[in-house]
Amino acid sequence: MSEIQLQIDGKEVKAKEGMTLLEAAQNAGIFIPTLCHHEKLESFGGCRVCIVEVEVNGWTKLVVSCVYPVEENIIVRTRSEKVDRIRKTIIELLMAHAPDSPQLQDLAQEYGADKDRFEKNASFCIHCGLCVRYCAEVAKKNAIGFVGRGINKEISFIPEIAAKECNDCKECFPLCPTSYLQAAFVLVEALSFPSSSEHESEE
Amino acid sequence: MARLSSPEELENFRQEILSKRDPNRPCISICAGAGCIASGADEVIEAFKAQIEKEGLTAKVDTKGTGCPGFCERGPVVVIYPEEICYLQVTAEDVPEIISHTIKEKKVVERLLFVDSVTGEKAIHESDISFYKNQERNVLCNNIKIDSKSIDDYLAIGGYSALTKVLSKMTDVEVLEEVKKSNLRGRGGAGFPAGRKWEGSRNAPEPIKYVIVNADEGDPGAFMDRALLEGNPHSILEGLIIGGYAIGSHEGYFYVRQEYPLAVENINLAIKQAQEYGLLGENILGSGFDFKVFVHQGAGAFVCGESTALMTSLEGRVGEPRPKYTRSNIKGLWGRPSVLNNVETWANVPLIINKGADWFTQIGTESSKGTKIFSLVGKITNTGLVEVPMGMTLKDIIYKIGGGIPDGKKFKAVQTGGPSGGCIPEDQLDLKVGFDELTKAGSMMGSGGMIVLDEDTCMVDVARYFINFLTDESCGKCVPCREGLRQMHRILTNITEGKGKEGDIELLEELSETAVEASLCALGKSAPNPFLSTLRYFRDEYEAHIKEKRCPALVCKELIAYHIDPDKCTACMICLRKCPADAIIGEKKKIHIVDQEKCTKCGTCFEVCPSKFGAVTKISGEPVPEPIAEEKRTITKKSKKESKKK
Repeated sequence: MSEIQLQIDGKEVKAKEGMTLLEAAQNAGIFIPTLCHHEKLESFGGCRVCIVEVEVNGWTKLVVSCVYPVEENIIVRTRSEKVDRIRKTIIELLMAHAPDSPQLQDLAQEYGADKDRFEKNASFCIHCGLCVRYCAEVAKKNAIGFVGRGINKEISFIPEIAAKECNDCKECFPLCPTSYLQAAFVLVEALSFPSSSEHESEE
Repeated sequence: MARLSSPEELENFRQEILSKRDPNRPCISICAGAGCIASGADEVIEAFKAQIEKEGLTAKVDTKGTGCPGFCERGPVVVIYPEEICYLQVTAEDVPEIISHTIKEKKVVERLLFVDSVTGEKAIHESDISFYKNQERNVLCNNIKIDSKSIDDYLAIGGYSALTKVLSKMTDVEVLEEVKKSNLRGRGGAGFPAGRKWEGSRNAPEPIKYVIVNADEGDPGAFMDRALLEGNPHSILEGLIIGGYAIGSHEGYFYVRQEYPLAVENINLAIKQAQEYGLLGENILGSGFDFKVFVHQGAGAFVCGESTALMTSLEGRVGEPRPKYTRSNIKGLWGRPSVLNNVETWANVPLIINKGADWFTQIGTESSKGTKIFSLVGKITNTGLVEVPMGMTLKDIIYKIGGGIPDGKKFKAVQTGGPSGGCIPEDQLDLKVGFDELTKAGSMMGSGGMIVLDEDTCMVDVARYFINFLTDESCGKCVPCREGLRQMHRILTNITEGKGKEGDIELLEELSETAVEASLCALGKSAPNPFLSTLRYFRDEYEAHIKEKRCPALVCKELIAYHIDPDKCTACMICLRKCPADAIIGEKKKIHIVDQEKCTKCGTCFEVCPSKFGAVTKISGEPVPEPIAEEKRTITKKSKKESKKK
């Protein structure tokens, strides 16, 4: 793997070919906010909060750093007026769903986002897909998946698999940036498998 | 039949087909495209067959269900060869007359001819009809000449001669160079040069490569790919095989939406026929080139027309775009080099090979070559598919071919490029159609949708409609598209309902910026276009809705009221009887009044009030006049005369 030299926020950074901008920045101690990223999981590119500005041969474009591969001699700016404005809008859009998410609240403070800017839709899930992807890629259980499309998309435990696998695992719970995941699990547990929730309460 | 094993065998077979056909033998071609079938073409075809048999003409006259010639507005379309007499809106009842007059006595049935709405002149031949006359039909022209289910018909008009040429006389590099030289740009939306896309795949080191037809035409009101798939499937298949040869691929796919059952049927049949004839499979025409094709049916998601979502779906996974910044011609289907082109792009390939890149580049503008098929729909006299050279002005398409706006209404805008395209206003009608020209005007070519809007269209409502469509079709993977569009739709709905606020336009602009800059795929990036282009050209309408709570086009229900002009009302009772909400108060000889509390603004009264009275009006942005005093409501003959004197 050849070494690639690039510049991030004015700092000369070395990276390995095939790395993403986000990895290169993290290695150099430069912080880029993320919501749907997890080091053990394949990049998802869904939340778009890690958007950065990249200058290639004098051309500036916006890319998401969790997917964009490092290139020789490119200039990366992790903050700019436009980047900040877009991040702020994204955070505000997500806070219409999960205003109390600690991760979102921290980001809101950093970017001056107003949690009440958009009409609330208290569905809590922000569709980061961490639980779904962790269960598929790391736990390899596929006990939770997305159902529906677009604005009607939601996460759902598959009762048959969840009843067998989830009680002893629950590794996805701490990944969730909102409280929705636990709620979805409890619901499935209570509705579909009353015996297993009884079992839990006995413990 | 035995597989044809060399170009010579194919040529001999073609001559054999032609030798059995008498060009002077009468042939009745009836459009069997989806539009005409919906208007009763099936019954017309049956009626012709029955009548021909009844009159003992079976041995003398042919009938043929063909592909769509494009003039859907006047379907079912019937063309009688060799004279090329074109009859429109033919019904089964017309059939005996056509047989006795035209087939037997060689006379024309006047009442079934096209009548020009402007000049009033009748046209006998297809080529004389103004709708066709001003088109340049290179790709669509064969639809009406062939039975789309017959490979022999396709061979009879010279089909698969481009494939023969490629396999026997050209190297793969020469084919690629010819397509590059033609500057053929993708007809599916982005307009990316096909040759460059092919070259990227060809040069990619991975040995297994794919060629794919994007037949997931999902734009509302667009049906050009459908017409080709249903009407001339072999032309697309031939292009695909040539593409496979050029890039070194041995496997092709048709990704067809399942909502096009006839297209799926005809494509499957075409593949089967081509296999039987030795035009697909191993060692095609003895050339040593192997190629096989599979059909995959899409399950109805608009986003699957996007290249990476299509490929993900083809792999059997949820059709969502990939986040990667690699081109799919390098890493596409199953991570391998994949050339994805749209139906119309592939259908152009045999023409370029047969007639040459120099012929192709003569047509069109500097940066957009060849012809383009548009589906001309909306408030237009001649609805249908039109194929024109790139560079024709919007005005010529709408007025010369489309015959202008019906019912004496005024043109307002034309929406091009599908749901994420834009609206182009009247003062830009001289714009020449081309990829770059349309993008510059704030719209796009897209796959060729062209929706004409007249003065009775509210542009804010149009933006709301398309944003609603896109919100519904968002795959939901990335935030700017899923959440941003949802909020944009909500704000636009509020504006059309009179709940717009100061700052809404700016907020919509900010959400648009986020979607354009930060969305994952091209659909999200272009999704705010319906708003951005209508704001660019019709900002005053947005402001009227927000500031004055007025809908200038008198469309938005919450912002209009229906009012009966007491001076014009003759108390005829028509609107009163038709009102589904019982919101009209009155009786015979008593001027009618709209009860605004009860009125649901369905518009029935406005439509049924006889035009000679024109008493029902729409009001927006101003208070509804107080109802006329009770004592003045009674109409006596005298008072009527008096009011007329006034």
